[in-house]
Amino acid sequence: MAWWQTRKRDAEVERELQSDLELEEEEQRERGVSADEAHYAALRSFGNSTLIGEQTRAVWSWNWLESLARDLRFSLRTLRRTPGFTIIAVLVMALGIGANVALFTVVRGVLLKPLPFEDPDRLVMLYESGLHENEPAGLNVASGGMYAEWKKQNRSYSSLALAQGIRVGLSGSGGQLPEKLNSALFSWDMLRTLGVQPALGRDFTEADDNPAASGTVLLSWGLWKRRFGGDPGILNQTIFLDAQAYTVIGVMPAWFDFPGPSTQLWTPVYHDKPEATMTSFSSHMFSVVGRLKPGVSASQGVADLSVISQRIHNEHLNDPFIFRNTRSRPLLEHMVGEIKKPLYVLLDATCCLLLIACLNVANLLVARAAARRKELAIRTALGGSWLRLIGERLMECLLLSASGGALGLSLAFAALQWLTRTRPDMSRVESIHIDGVVAAFTVGIVIICALFSGLIAAFSSSDNRILAALHEASRSVGGNSARASVRKVLLALEVGLTVILLIGAGLLVKSYERLRSADMGCLTQDVLTMHLGIPDARYPTAAQRANFYNTLLDRVRALPGVDAAGFATVVPGQGYQMDWNFSIVEHPPLPQGTGQFALSRWADPKYFNAMGIPILRGRTFDSGKRLDAANEVVISQSFASQYFPGEDPLGRHLHARGKTAVIVGIVGDTRYEIGEAVKPVQYYPLDAGVESVGTLVIRSSRGLEQFALPVQRIVSEMDPDLPVSDVLTMNQLLGQSTLDQSFNAALLVAFATLSLVLAAVGLFGVMSYIAAQRTTEIGIRIALGAKREQVMRRMLLDGMRPAVFGLVVGLAGSLEAGQLMRDLLYEIKPLDPAVYVVVAATLLAVAGFACIVPAWRASHLDPMQALRTE
Amino acid sequence: MVDPKQQRGGLLQGTLDMLILRTLLYGPAHGHEIGKHIQRTTNDFLQMQHGSLYPALHRLEKRGWVVSKWEMASDRNREFKYYRLTDKGRKQLVVEESQWKQMAEAVARIMWPVAEEN
Repeated sequence: MAWWQTRKRDAEVERELQSDLELEEEEQRERGVSADEAHYAALRSFGNSTLIGEQTRAVWSWNWLESLARDLRFSLRTLRRTPGFTIIAVLVMALGIGANVALFTVVRGVLLKPLPFEDPDRLVMLYESGLHENEPAGLNVASGGMYAEWKKQNRSYSSLALAQGIRVGLSGSGGQLPEKLNSALFSWDMLRTLGVQPALGRDFTEADDNPAASGTVLLSWGLWKRRFGGDPGILNQTIFLDAQAYTVIGVMPAWFDFPGPSTQLWTPVYHDKPEATMTSFSSHMFSVVGRLKPGVSASQGVADLSVISQRIHNEHLNDPFIFRNTRSRPLLEHMVGEIKKPLYVLLDATCCLLLIACLNVANLLVARAAARRKELAIRTALGGSWLRLIGERLMECLLLSASGGALGLSLAFAALQWLTRTRPDMSRVESIHIDGVVAAFTVGIVIICALFSGLIAAFSSSDNRILAALHEASRSVGGNSARASVRKVLLALEVGLTVILLIGAGLLVKSYERLRSADMGCLTQDVLTMHLGIPDARYPTAAQRANFYNTLLDRVRALPGVDAAGFATVVPGQGYQMDWNFSIVEHPPLPQGTGQFALSRWADPKYFNAMGIPILRGRTFDSGKRLDAANEVVISQSFASQYFPGEDPLGRHLHARGKTAVIVGIVGDTRYEIGEAVKPVQYYPLDAGVESVGTLVIRSSRGLEQFALPVQRIVSEMDPDLPVSDVLTMNQLLGQSTLDQSFNAALLVAFATLSLVLAAVGLFGVMSYIAAQRTTEIGIRIALGAKREQVMRRMLLDGMRPAVFGLVVGLAGSLEAGQLMRDLLYEIKPLDPAVYVVVAATLLAVAGFACIVPAWRASHLDPMQALRTE
Repeated sequence: MVDPKQQRGGLLQGTLDMLILRTLLYGPAHGHEIGKHIQRTTNDFLQMQHGSLYPALHRLEKRGWVVSKWEMASDRNREFKYYRLTDKGRKQLVVEESQWKQMAEAVARIMWPVAEEN
């Protein structure tokens, strides 16, 4: 309806009511009532004519829209009038909503979005499982031989493909330095199995994927842009990987990073790997992806493959390392398995934070409603309807949380930018971005927050005792205890949630500290590590390889300031990497179907000294024994106690990979990965010239970083095509492997601190409010002779009660939350008493601090001043 | 004035419209007359609250069941807003009446059950 019609209608309604009212008055008078009396009688019988007029007009108008606009205007005005409150409430909401939106975006991108492959629900990752009869069913990577058998005999998968993540050295070209890259070996049909096409060029063909074919390689979009300037002319060019020639046949789309983030190159596996590896049943190193045929379930597929595995197992009973079973899980689960749990814990934490934010805003609103009580009572008395008042309150909350949401969304955006920059190693990190669904989620959260905090505030002030409010306002001696109690309950809840967050954070921090202080069995200070490897193609003989390392180590040790240097294929903290099965020559043969294996590493004689791994008995390798003559082995202490119980291992012989070596020394135990249990290790001499890739370690007490450049110079003088990568101090190396834990702990600590601040602010606010409300009462008490300490104690107790109650609730809740986090903790129990005690003490201290200021102020009231405040 | 809650309980939803339409069957009337008539006819059992009467009248007008016109009152020298039933309103009254009858019979059958004929 147009506005002029509205105005005409308004006037008409007015006139109608007026005329009928006058008629009523006339009738009263005709009945013989006096003129004055008749006027009031008519008014009484008519009721609130303003309200009636409004309701009548409402029939004609776009009522809800109009009142919405009015509420909006009114809310804006009230919010503008109290900028302090508005800013705090919006900031609190923004933090809560921002954290939630950011984490939801991550969870959605990583865990909920389907994989960007064709029909991803039919893709599964296949594992071998069950080495021994009663072994728990684990998930093990598959052997090349088993894969071939599966592929040949299965009836459940439309295709099976193979992948292995490796690292290769890309030779320097066109003035660019050589570099070490994460790469992957694919069977030729991997991309077809996933349903992915190269963005440029062609996919592998079956003809590319055999030892006789010439080398072919697919580049990642990033590598193509960075290293080759995005030049499409790169197709059919030759690049050198580990000194072997490969023809670039294609470039993958930018989003493609299978099997792991930062994979930069893909080469055909049957071309690169020796045939012996590809047909072995006992050397397990490959990830197998299967695409289920339509109508075949995952368990049917596994059953099909298990039959094949069992048959192979039975045919080779003399080989103890052939699995008898198969397992599978969805490809998505394989890719996100490790980050799923921490992400959900963090999401729970942000939900807690949001709840705390809502409670805080509700608390502020209740306080404000209390301050506006008189205004509301007057409006109710004048006929303002209850619904209208609630609507107004909700509109206010909606405004607050909508601005909070807008601000939160930009916070989330910034947080996500930061996350993708700092954690490029996270799987599927490329699929994290804010989109329509996230926007809808934000809107949903905004509405929920508005309803939640608005309704709490509205209902706490929706009593009908208008008169009471008007009376009370004229002389507020007792204060409104009911309203304060609503706030106390909210506070207790807030404190409870804060306690849960604090305890969660405390557990993670302590667990992280445990992790970092776990004894690695070697030096972690003053040691610099760098990764390098010489390509077999350029160093084909054992003598060449052994000589290279001897020369390199001699030159490094000659650098001024280097205390010691050594080389090993794998150093502690770099992971499991490689194990060998072995037999002990002096022991009777093991029963058929059983075998022994241990981690295997190659090291030079001075590696143990450089790394600070103590030689407990015997000696290190004889540096005079080289190449085929290098027939010695050093074992770790746990190796000795596990395989030579009550026996002297020195002088005994190990037989492994067709060679026999004599045990010359026992060294201290090390951990292959921080947070993992100690495992037996067998060390073979680098001087045998077998292995060619590993880590150079340099020990010096004088500034480690200064050696990075001179050592790289030595390497490039020896071979300009050799990339040196991962130049890290031992501390950094260990820090990288605990990145997840430190990241999670840091985030949770941030959330917990934030909520502690919010809770403290809430507590402070409520206490100040209660104190202000009771100013008169306290003034009277003091005037009547109450001691200031008594007043202070009373006020403190009043404030601490919700805090203590919240603490108890929070501690109870933490028992539950601790169970949820159990998998994330290292060597501490979810019920770690120290964490609980520290959190309880912190919380009480902060709560006490928040209460003491208002309490102190109350106890130092000047009674005369206090009594005059009204 | 009776308590609004009682009134709401006493007057079933939608019944007020029917009562107003029925009252207008006697001829045009203004708001005050309608309210008084309903009140008087029911021996003050149904007390008209202006807060529901006027919105109801305007609602009926908006739906086209009544039309309104400012006219001189016969007994007083003054203009009042008279409401008059339209054809559409007459039809609506029939509909509402039959609905009400069905409703009343249904309620009666439950409240005062009669033995069925054998």
